[in-house]
Amino acid sequence: MARIDRIAEPWGTRTPYGPGESWPTRVDTHLAGGLTEADVDRWVQSASILHSNGDALDIAVKDERIVGVRGREVDRVNHGRLGPKDLFGWQANNSPERLTKPLIRKRGKLVETDWDTAMNAVAGRAKELLQEQGPSAISFYTTGQLFLEEYYTLGLIAHGGIGTNHVDGNTRLCTATAAAALKETFACDGQPGSYTDIDSADVIALYGHNMAETQTVLWTRVLDRLAGPNPPKVICVDPRATPVARAATVHLAPRPGTNVMLMNALIREIIANGWIDREYIEAHTVGFAELEKQMTGYTPEVAAEVCDVPAEQIREAARILGQAERLLSTVLQGFYQSHQASAAAVSVNNINVIRGMLGKPGCGILQMNGQPTAENTRECGADGDLPAFRNWENDEHIKDLARVWNIDPMQIPHYSPPTHIMQQLRYMEEGSIRFLYVTATNPAVSLPELARIREILAQDRLFLVVQDIFLTETAQLADVVLPAATWGEKTGTFTNVDRTVHLSEKAVEPPGEAKSDLDILIDFAHRLELKDKDGQPLVKWSDAEGAFEGWKECSRGRPCDYSGMSYDKLRGGSGIQWPCNEEHPDGTERIYVDGQFWAQPDYCESYGRDMITGAPVEATEYKALNPTGKAVLKAAEYIGPHEMPSQEFPFQLITGRTLYHFHTRTKTGRAPQLDAAAPEVWVEMSASDATDRGWTEGDVLEVTTPRGRVQARLRISGIRPGALFLPFHYGYWDTKEGSRPKKKEAGRAANELTLTDWDPVSKQPIFKTAAAQVQRVASGKGTPAPAPTTTGSAPVTGTVRPTVGGDSARAQELVGGTA
Amino acid sequence: MKLDMAIEELHRSENHLVTVLTSMSDKHKADHEVFYVTRDMAKWSRQHVADLARIGRDFGLDLDPEASEDPGILATMKQRASDLTGRRSVPGLLLLADLRHLYREAAGTSVDWELLAQGAQGAKEQELLDIAEKCHPESLRQARWANAHLKVASPQVLAS
Repeated sequence: MARIDRIAEPWGTRTPYGPGESWPTRVDTHLAGGLTEADVDRWVQSASILHSNGDALDIAVKDERIVGVRGREVDRVNHGRLGPKDLFGWQANNSPERLTKPLIRKRGKLVETDWDTAMNAVAGRAKELLQEQGPSAISFYTTGQLFLEEYYTLGLIAHGGIGTNHVDGNTRLCTATAAAALKETFACDGQPGSYTDIDSADVIALYGHNMAETQTVLWTRVLDRLAGPNPPKVICVDPRATPVARAATVHLAPRPGTNVMLMNALIREIIANGWIDREYIEAHTVGFAELEKQMTGYTPEVAAEVCDVPAEQIREAARILGQAERLLSTVLQGFYQSHQASAAAVSVNNINVIRGMLGKPGCGILQMNGQPTAENTRECGADGDLPAFRNWENDEHIKDLARVWNIDPMQIPHYSPPTHIMQQLRYMEEGSIRFLYVTATNPAVSLPELARIREILAQDRLFLVVQDIFLTETAQLADVVLPAATWGEKTGTFTNVDRTVHLSEKAVEPPGEAKSDLDILIDFAHRLELKDKDGQPLVKWSDAEGAFEGWKECSRGRPCDYSGMSYDKLRGGSGIQWPCNEEHPDGTERIYVDGQFWAQPDYCESYGRDMITGAPVEATEYKALNPTGKAVLKAAEYIGPHEMPSQEFPFQLITGRTLYHFHTRTKTGRAPQLDAAAPEVWVEMSASDATDRGWTEGDVLEVTTPRGRVQARLRISGIRPGALFLPFHYGYWDTKEGSRPKKKEAGRAANELTLTDWDPVSKQPIFKTAAAQVQRVASGKGTPAPAPTTTGSAPVTGTVRPTVGGDSARAQELVGGTA
Repeated sequence: MKLDMAIEELHRSENHLVTVLTSMSDKHKADHEVFYVTRDMAKWSRQHVADLARIGRDFGLDLDPEASEDPGILATMKQRASDLTGRRSVPGLLLLADLRHLYREAAGTSVDWELLAQGAQGAKEQELLDIAEKCHPESLRQARWANAHLKVASPQVLAS
């Protein structure tokens, strides 16, 4: 059995395979120092909660503590493999810094209190405001890391009980555009692709998707295809020389903010060369003539000029996409968090649709998620949408939901789209939202323009509740802090990008008085005395399995149908893909087979939006456009980014992730191996930009935008000239100040610099086009930037010591046969 | 033949729309989506002004291809005022009033485009018809946005 340093080798050992074959298994295990499998008291079934891939794993328990993890060989997602965050991230559960008692603000300071006092304060203030102002005063901001049962309960409380339209998740920052793009093309959320498409694809195109770092195990699957016979061609669109770019057949590195220009040129080229499936287009789509007309003029030469990508490269990429026989397209933040996000992501759908590459092995689209349970935020209504992809513009859907919940339809807000977080903040800023309940997320580090966010959250007139497992930057600003249990300490289900549902069972007790989010939410509902129309409690369950049964009924007959699942069915074997019902008792690997969509006007989740203004399309318009529910081909003209570089701010700043961290590091920063791999913030710049200024690796730079300043050491990386990259994970919880930068000094959080602007269609904030200037404040004196060398931040100059994990980062890898 | 009058009238209304949109943008700088989307939509109207000036020459008109705009200093003052009042609740009502105004202006302009398209068809003026067919949907989209944003913004303003 091999023991591999999985910090130095994030993707582990190759197990090559060929097209159409099954991916070989490889069981990865990591246990706390000195322990072997013989020492483990029990293994408890679960899946990963530190990224969106949904790697199935078993939690090792010894003496009622979590002591390690092992990949589940039987699972369709990972075939036993685990990524570095899976292998090492669990240690955060055992951190002594966990919140163990509720906190309440007394004379300006947070002090410990009991649950009754804390919950009475929360429910009391909510009741007061409901009386005084009504539901418009109350808002909820949740996460992509709770469990399905918790989101469904939260959505029920907010929409069905309180009746507020102000509900969103931090999935707005990671996956809102994925959902929006699917709603535009297929009139409904729901992932067309399956991970098994990697096994048979002959071309894999990754658009703004650094899969190697965001979903390491999925990338391992690609690497194993690349190492096997007849490997697929890879197309990469990314301004950085990521591991994906280095493995690509063609790497396009467009100027930040120009994705739509590039996509339009690719589509125009594909249509002009006749690389389209006319029969499929005729039978299963609407809007092709308009699409073709709109693409006129977007020649490779025009795009080359705007995107600063050679025209010949655009032609080459179009040729590979156009001649692919089994095309898998994947999309992530390089598109979702950039200018014209939805239009760019929809264009990716367009390529698969006009080529008829859907619903067959190897032919898929993966509009990715950034977070482990983001899919459930979308399905269950915790991102503001109504549960089970019901359409807020369709009165029949509202009536049906009111039936499920046994309430009056009027109680469910459906007069406008839900209030997304950026708009909620605006209402807090002007004082009409006065109560914000945050669950498991850290807006004081993750939202754009942090100085503004801190000001809003710290207002006296805003009652801020934060439910979390650590005292985050946001929790430090709260009026009440509720200590929550996390993964491994509670039971529930969650669903990954390719619709695979996993059960995650409770392995150990939460620390101190911490409670599961579900228990806290149910307590909140009871204290508010939320009732159905017969005067019975609105929330009818008291545990996770009860909530799951409630959800099954709510989802019955809808696209994300869970009615055929149960906890028992999810135990023991592999995760199961929805829809899973009487007709498909074992789940459904591929949707949209033979051009059958969920887009019928009376069934669909959304009628779509204007691709430039974001205005919702009215029901009558949609019915006229798409009466029989085909795929909708939509496009947008390219418009320039809203903040262009200038003489004063000549660079374009993009922010992003690194492989070793998740979000604001609250967990990964407390796992020693992960923390050591990327301990501090850095800034990336191209070799030519650095040379022009005479700067070298490790120099201390200050990056400035009109919003703020950040100091970081320079990593000269393979990023395109004119662009700067900052990882967004670093905040202040592990600094002396705790929740903000030191007064009058430069900060550490990338979001000090980002601008407040969002895609009008998906409402996803834009993190990839801020204009910035940069100065050197000190020489590096030979100390390199604290950036990993194994990833997109790999150095291109000098000798930087490679990132390794050492003995404590060795994990077992047991390579098996084909599962 | 009164097509020249119709072109001139549209040139005037599109010019006016540019002003309405940019001034609305500046006044509501603290409402970020309003600020950016109205600016993006103003680009359409600016292009319409240029298109009308170009085709106007064929009908003996001498129209300015450049839309008349707020002088920069005025725009900056409006933006500054928006930043300063951004924490009060009154701007909500002003926003509703401005959206209502924009809706009426854009709807009126879009009807004018329809008239122009009808006239162009009657007179068999292909190039004029092409311009109308290109511009009319964009002015409809401006009106739809104003209407949609009214629906989004009004519940919070009126019910709190």
